[in-house]
Amino acid sequence: MAKTLEDKQYLVRFNCDTESHLIIKDHQVCATQCPGKDCTVFCPADVYRWEGDRMFVGFEGCHECGSCRIGCPNDNIEWHYPKGGHGIVFRMA
Amino acid sequence: MAEKFDMIIVGAGPAGSAAAYTAAKEGLKVLLIERGEFPGAKNVMGGILYRKQLEEIIPEFWQEAPLERPVVEQRFWFLDKESMVTTSYKDKSWAEEPYNSFTVLRAKFDKWFAQKAVQQGALLINETVVTECIVEDGKVIGVRTDRPDGDVYADVVVLADGVNSLLAKNLGFHKEWKPQEVALSVMEVLKLDKKTVNERFNVGENEGVSVEIFGEATKGALGTSFLYTNKDSVNIGVGTTLSGMIERKMKPHDLLEELKAHPMIAPYLEGSESQEYLAHLIPEGGFDAVPKLVGDGVIVVGDAGQFVNAIHQEGSNMAMKSGKLAAETVIKAKELNDFSEAALDSYRTDIYDSFIGKDLKKYRDAAHTFEENPQYFEEYVPMMNQAMNTFFTVDGTPKWEKQKKIAAKVTAGRGKTGLVKDMYKAWKAVK
Repeated sequence: MAKTLEDKQYLVRFNCDTESHLIIKDHQVCATQCPGKDCTVFCPADVYRWEGDRMFVGFEGCHECGSCRIGCPNDNIEWHYPKGGHGIVFRMA
Repeated sequence: MAEKFDMIIVGAGPAGSAAAYTAAKEGLKVLLIERGEFPGAKNVMGGILYRKQLEEIIPEFWQEAPLERPVVEQRFWFLDKESMVTTSYKDKSWAEEPYNSFTVLRAKFDKWFAQKAVQQGALLINETVVTECIVEDGKVIGVRTDRPDGDVYADVVVLADGVNSLLAKNLGFHKEWKPQEVALSVMEVLKLDKKTVNERFNVGENEGVSVEIFGEATKGALGTSFLYTNKDSVNIGVGTTLSGMIERKMKPHDLLEELKAHPMIAPYLEGSESQEYLAHLIPEGGFDAVPKLVGDGVIVVGDAGQFVNAIHQEGSNMAMKSGKLAAETVIKAKELNDFSEAALDSYRTDIYDSFIGKDLKKYRDAAHTFEENPQYFEEYVPMMNQAMNTFFTVDGTPKWEKQKKIAAKVTAGRGKTGLVKDMYKAWKAVK
């Protein structure tokens, strides 16, 4: 059984786009107005990672659930669907 | 001008395909647009499909639809750290036609359902994102897609674009959802051979079990977890309101791993193999979160309309019902050649007159009550377990004394009045 999130993400097929569908509107807001960095905790695919001074966005592994857009306390994420046919491809349920 | 349809449906999930099927069957010119590689590629649910609402669209669908198992037993587990209190209902009549509900895997099921709409004459276009509704003089007249020359026109656009409901939001039908109006759920499909599923869950070849799990699995946050049997796999998942996840700084993936490792759960999963990991939001804002449903030339259906009964774990059935009602409204509107908000408004009244509106209304305060009063999940489930432990552990204590001990424990936390108040509040929220 897959135990780590990394193992689990390998189970899923991603047809990645070359450009991100998730855009941090203002990196300064993450740095100065967001002590909790909640997105790095609740994102079910660990798409967001704080790298000391900047928010890294690993959009390639995104499940497109929308939690980050709704949960960002500063409304600082511009969120689109990936281009048609791109992004996550579930095979099961 | 580009091609014009009677109806464009955005999203080939249960609501969209139900609308497409119903309208195409009546001869309407229908375009069904799906952003995934195929219908179902983006879609997730725990896995329970109720029979009734699909049967109203496709009689005896169970003869041909890709279903996993008919559910013959619903189990409810109230989990503490090393124990659980359980209750269940098993019904052999549910193993026979017309059945009550089924477990399904959505990638397979949604593909089939959309194909049924295609057989009725709907045109399905995959791998296409609708970026916005085309609005002229306040009336929706079509959609803009991310394809080159991607504008398409229709008398009515049906928004079946799911929980995020970005198109209705852009039309101003609702504001961005609040974190307490959506639940974040993660799930894993675990392969387990058929014989093992039958033995572990004590069911026959074509019989399934649904297990709803409360308490420890969500660390006291408002939410549930589940374990459902497929043919040769099980779905296990856990979710809480996004607000609950944020407040308690929980990682959904950690909750899932802790659930899988729980001593009451682990034996059911032993030796299984991970097949897929999935995350999705569930609209759980209830009655008061339902957006504006109808505008000039536009109707909102399914998750986009917040049609989910979180208490009874119903959603896809409401989606199908709303899709069917939308199509029937458009069929009538076409006869009158009037697609104004006033002409389409019967959809809204149909929704509120149906079980969708009535059930959402019944549980209007439920989520709010349970979110504001975490004791239901945090305290009462462990309390139930402790009471059982005290009563059933044979240690030479007379039963009267045990009962007194339990009563003292039960009232210790919140006091007798607190307890009565909690019971009343809970009853009031679900009555």
